[in-house]
Amino acid sequence: MSRRFLESSATGFARAITRAMLSEETARRRGLVQALDPRVRVVGLLSLVIAVTLCRRLSAVAALFALATALALLSRVDLLMLAKRVWLVVLAFTGVIALPAIFITAGNPVAQVGGWQITQQGLRAAGLLVLRVEAAVTFTTVLVLCTPWPHVLKALRALLLPKEAVAMLAMTYRYVFLLVETATQMFESRRSRTVGVLPGPERRRMAARTAGVLLSKSVALSDEVYQAMQSRGFRGDVRVLSEFHLTMWDYAALPLFWLAAALAVWKGR
Amino acid sequence: MYAGAATGWYAALRRLKRALLTRVIPLISVFAAFSFVVMMFNLPLPGGTTGHALGVTIAAIVLGPSGAILALSIAIAIQALFFGDGGISTLGANCFNMAIVGSLVAYASYRMIAMRAALGSRRRVVAAGIAGYLAVNAAALCAAIEFGIQPALFHDAGGTPLYAPYRLGVAIPAMMIGHLTFAGMAEAVISAGIVAYLQLSDQALLRGTSGIVGVAAVTSAPVRSLRRLWIAVTVLLLLTPLGILAAGTAWGEWSPSELAHAAAVPPAASPGASVPSGLRRLSTLWTAPFPAYAPGFVHSRSFGYLLSAMFGVGVLLCGSLVAQSIVERHRRRGSPA
Repeated sequence: MSRRFLESSATGFARAITRAMLSEETARRRGLVQALDPRVRVVGLLSLVIAVTLCRRLSAVAALFALATALALLSRVDLLMLAKRVWLVVLAFTGVIALPAIFITAGNPVAQVGGWQITQQGLRAAGLLVLRVEAAVTFTTVLVLCTPWPHVLKALRALLLPKEAVAMLAMTYRYVFLLVETATQMFESRRSRTVGVLPGPERRRMAARTAGVLLSKSVALSDEVYQAMQSRGFRGDVRVLSEFHLTMWDYAALPLFWLAAALAVWKGR
Repeated sequence: MYAGAATGWYAALRRLKRALLTRVIPLISVFAAFSFVVMMFNLPLPGGTTGHALGVTIAAIVLGPSGAILALSIAIAIQALFFGDGGISTLGANCFNMAIVGSLVAYASYRMIAMRAALGSRRRVVAAGIAGYLAVNAAALCAAIEFGIQPALFHDAGGTPLYAPYRLGVAIPAMMIGHLTFAGMAEAVISAGIVAYLQLSDQALLRGTSGIVGVAAVTSAPVRSLRRLWIAVTVLLLLTPLGILAAGTAWGEWSPSELAHAAAVPPAASPGASVPSGLRRLSTLWTAPFPAYAPGFVHSRSFGYLLSAMFGVGVLLCGSLVAQSIVERHRRRGSPA
């Protein structure tokens, strides 16, 4: 049992790193979304996410989901990976939440399963919930998979996010990998020294101590980063370099994104 | 929800800016990364199950509430954006519930329970555990309320819920059962465990929010200046249920229909028991956002009262933060350079 908890934590860390590597690989491919300026990608795809949340008709949300899938295809995102990593996961999580709504939402009965009545309103509510989440998460995944993380951050400045927040997001992302690696090593070293089954309280103490050591290391690390920043002349003014240049293609793409979003919201009223 | 979360982010960022920004940026960033990694820990819980903690309590204990709000928000944003674990559209709500409500509840309950106990005392370990349990459940309750009011707020003509499909009666038990048991326990275990570890190895990290030492944490000083405000708000919130018990109508707050009904009006105020024409005309001018303290979509009057109180306190807090910033700006202008 104790080995299983150590292994499952270590597996979770490894999965996070694998995901990040995969994103870098997709971002390097030549595709539709990759060809756009990162600021256009962020603003355009987030407009479509907002459109998904505003649509009230199932058909409009389904059309946006189809658009998200088409964008993924044209951006050379591996559809099988998208299905396994996004669609099935969303279906499993949101599906579990949505399923009871089919039966307990009041409305016109359309079928009966056992003693439970399925209502038309319940089916629509559950369908809207699942499809809405699928479409929104697909747009976000396409954005993140096709854009290197530093570019996403720089592009977020276009959405008037404070420079300090962008700097903190960038630094956090950098140190997530370092701390994930440190935690993995700690779990692995512990696993190699653990034989047999540890009692529950001891397992909990082990997990808390590992987290405690990680916390002390994190604070020490932040001290070192602070000193490194100071030695390089950092005085609290964050500068974000921007080497992005809009092309004609970007000027054409952004109105197209907005047109699609506006059309979906209008038709899906 | 984004607007609600933005107020918290703005206030936290402003206070941190006043603190040493150069020191705060790496500290918050690395702490956010730490919170992110702690969320991935698969914690063994009593009963043989496992659970995931949030890490908000230990962030509030080490960094103070403002730092914890930002660190957790950044961790949640990275999780949502980069690792696709949460939707962008729900990012505001997630940050509001987990980062803002979670941090404030964790910090307040830890300070209230730990009082001025010694840094190495057992009381602090228990306080951290209870604070973790309360913080996660407060965040879950907020999420449940947000889910539960959606069917009444957003539905089409046929009665189909357009977003979350469950009413409060279903959403609250569905959310709370899991959090009152596993999630709350996971946060309690990790918070108490880390505090116990820090007591042995690195007590300096507990000093900032302990309230017993002169040296303050990077982020705790501005919070201290707001202590009186927090006490007042807490007292107001605690007094809220008293209003539900109070019967009758407040003197002088009669509606036209009550005024027309002579029994509702005290004798001294009812010379003719008829509705003054001025009152009738004026009563149509302004409709309160939450008429009679209970929003229309809330069936239980008592619950509506509580919800209205929470809304009112939120407005008061925002107002006082704005007032504080204006006063400080004036003070800064007035002081010699």
